[in-house]
Amino acid sequence: MVALLDRPSYKIAVLLLSVAFLAVCMTASVMFGAKAYGLSTLQSAFSAFDGSDAHLIIRTSRVPRAAIAAVVGAALAVAGALMQALTRNPLASPSLFGVNAGAGLALVVAVALFGFPGLGQSVWIAFAGAALSAAAVYALGSGGRAGPAPVNMTLAGAAIAAFASSLTSGVLLGSDKALDQVLFWLVGSVAGRELAMLTAVLPYIAVGFVAAFALASPLNVLAMGEDVAVSLGQRTAAVKLVAAAAVVVLAGGAVAVAGPIGFIGIVIPHIARHLVGRDHHWLLPYCAVLGAILLVAADLGSRFLLMPSEVPVGVLTAIIGVPFFVLIARRGRYAE
Amino acid sequence: MRSKHLAAEKKASGSRYTALRSRRLPASALLDKRAVLAAIVLAAAIILMVLFSAGIGTMRIHPLDVLKVFAGQGQEVHKTVVFQFRLPRIALSLLVGASLAASGAIVQGMIRNPLASPDLVGITNGAAVAATSLIALTGGAASVRWLPLAAICGAAAAALLIYVLAWKRGVTPLRLVLVGIGLSSALSAITSVMVIASPLRIAGQALVWLTGSVYGAAWSGVLTLLPWTAAGLALAFVLARQVSAQQLGDDIAVGLGSRLQLQRLALLALSVALAGSAVALAGGIAFIGLMAPHMARRLVGPAFGAALPVAALCGGLLMLAADLAARTVFMPTEIPAGVFTAAIGAPFFIYLLRRRRSSP
Repeated sequence: MVALLDRPSYKIAVLLLSVAFLAVCMTASVMFGAKAYGLSTLQSAFSAFDGSDAHLIIRTSRVPRAAIAAVVGAALAVAGALMQALTRNPLASPSLFGVNAGAGLALVVAVALFGFPGLGQSVWIAFAGAALSAAAVYALGSGGRAGPAPVNMTLAGAAIAAFASSLTSGVLLGSDKALDQVLFWLVGSVAGRELAMLTAVLPYIAVGFVAAFALASPLNVLAMGEDVAVSLGQRTAAVKLVAAAAVVVLAGGAVAVAGPIGFIGIVIPHIARHLVGRDHHWLLPYCAVLGAILLVAADLGSRFLLMPSEVPVGVLTAIIGVPFFVLIARRGRYAE
Repeated sequence: MRSKHLAAEKKASGSRYTALRSRRLPASALLDKRAVLAAIVLAAAIILMVLFSAGIGTMRIHPLDVLKVFAGQGQEVHKTVVFQFRLPRIALSLLVGASLAASGAIVQGMIRNPLASPDLVGITNGAAVAATSLIALTGGAASVRWLPLAAICGAAAAALLIYVLAWKRGVTPLRLVLVGIGLSSALSAITSVMVIASPLRIAGQALVWLTGSVYGAAWSGVLTLLPWTAAGLALAFVLARQVSAQQLGDDIAVGLGSRLQLQRLALLALSVALAGSAVALAGGIAFIGLMAPHMARRLVGPAFGAALPVAALCGGLLMLAADLAARTVFMPTEIPAGVFTAAIGAPFFIYLLRRRRSSP
């Protein structure tokens, strides 16, 4: 595949531009909504906080929302890129492979059994669910001498997702309390989250990002095929294990904050590959920034789609994502 | 009386097949002995299960008393309980299970991937979107009678969309599956919106429906589904030869004179009608369409004409068992039967994947 940006200087320039655009998007996300505020109000909310409605909304609702959208979008996109590199399957992503559904099931079960857990615990519960379902899908769909068969793994993911969501609704029906508390969370959304939720997961997600970026070189080698990687002296098992752990932390953390938001993990890595090619040193940072832009923008759009009520952003990303998915499914390795 | 109107003959001792030839009409049929045997055993199991299942509940009735009720005797109370409450539910379970199993058998034969089924490729999700939209938009008021129609329309629309999106100078099975999976996750996102958008009481109703349950079945529901199931199964049986040809691969099917794409569309439509009508009445019962055809193939081999009736019987039996468990395991609370089918189905799926891996 020929990358659109074929010189390092272009890549740096576009990356910086993207970061700037992300800043613009986040500012817009803070300014616009059911009520629009000017830049001066924005500034004074932080420099001269006076407890007025406008300042309160900006500080407790809009800013957390923009920040959460950016972090979650980045985490999901990087997790998707890692999964695609690991499984060598262009359709791999946290939502389609059941990782999000597994995290959701774990949280719902926990709520039904023990009531709503504290923020600290809910993160670990989501991690456990994500790890369990990711391991299940990988163990199911991979293996054999031919390596993981893309279709099998995709089907295994769909089956695990179906299983998890079926059990989720079973558990929800068994306990009214859980239904009440968790329903809003079953469709991914970044609205109505407190900043504390983000700060609870941020350390883990940060570790996930660091691990992912540190793996860029080994992943480039691994992408040439497992045999090549082994013969070049790579300890592929260790690389895969760390990458899988990063996926679990990134996707699980994102789900713990925002609920299952789909398709970012598919759409963004493909766009990024078109822009900068397959080198993970460039691919992963681009994924992070572009994923953040997509989710912040989608969240902004979701406020205006059905004014005055809001569409959960997970629905919007799913609707944006499906054409992409169909496009990928219609060509390349899957086309024959 | 001409007793030799149909002459049954054995080809050779030890042959699996018995040939039926008509002397008058230019027609003949091969009867798979293993399939007949399997069908008889399964039917007997279903009858036993029905007797047992009709007796279990908050009021326990001995299977012999159930038998008496069927014969028109027995106590009035028993009659009311069996005929009014339990039998409609049992009959609906059987029909739903058979429809889903037949639909799954067709989809698996057509897609040539034993891991596919109507609920994994998105047909069921289409029905779910339509049904939950109806429940949510009408506030749960006018819903019950129109639910089946909405669900069938939704399933058909989803299947059509999947088919069109997968079309690229013909439809390959693989693209059909992948496009289906992608579309189904978008559809389930829309479903969740509908559930969230509706008030809590109705959200619960929609969730029950989504997970799949034959709770509160009545004879009217049974009569609504019966024509769909009967016609669908009959048509599938007629098309069995085409499915068998498609199972061999596109090239061979064309070589055998199949009009491949046309038949594929017809088979897809048939599986939609079967799955859509079942989903309409029982909601998103998962994994039966996956499991039953496999059991059938294990029992009687891959020839579709033999596998289809056996799969339908297996599906009915599975659904009956799942509903029995749903009613009784956590008595007095009822759990949607779909939870149990998923709980059996997912491990089954794992088993299938592992087996495929060990023998590629």
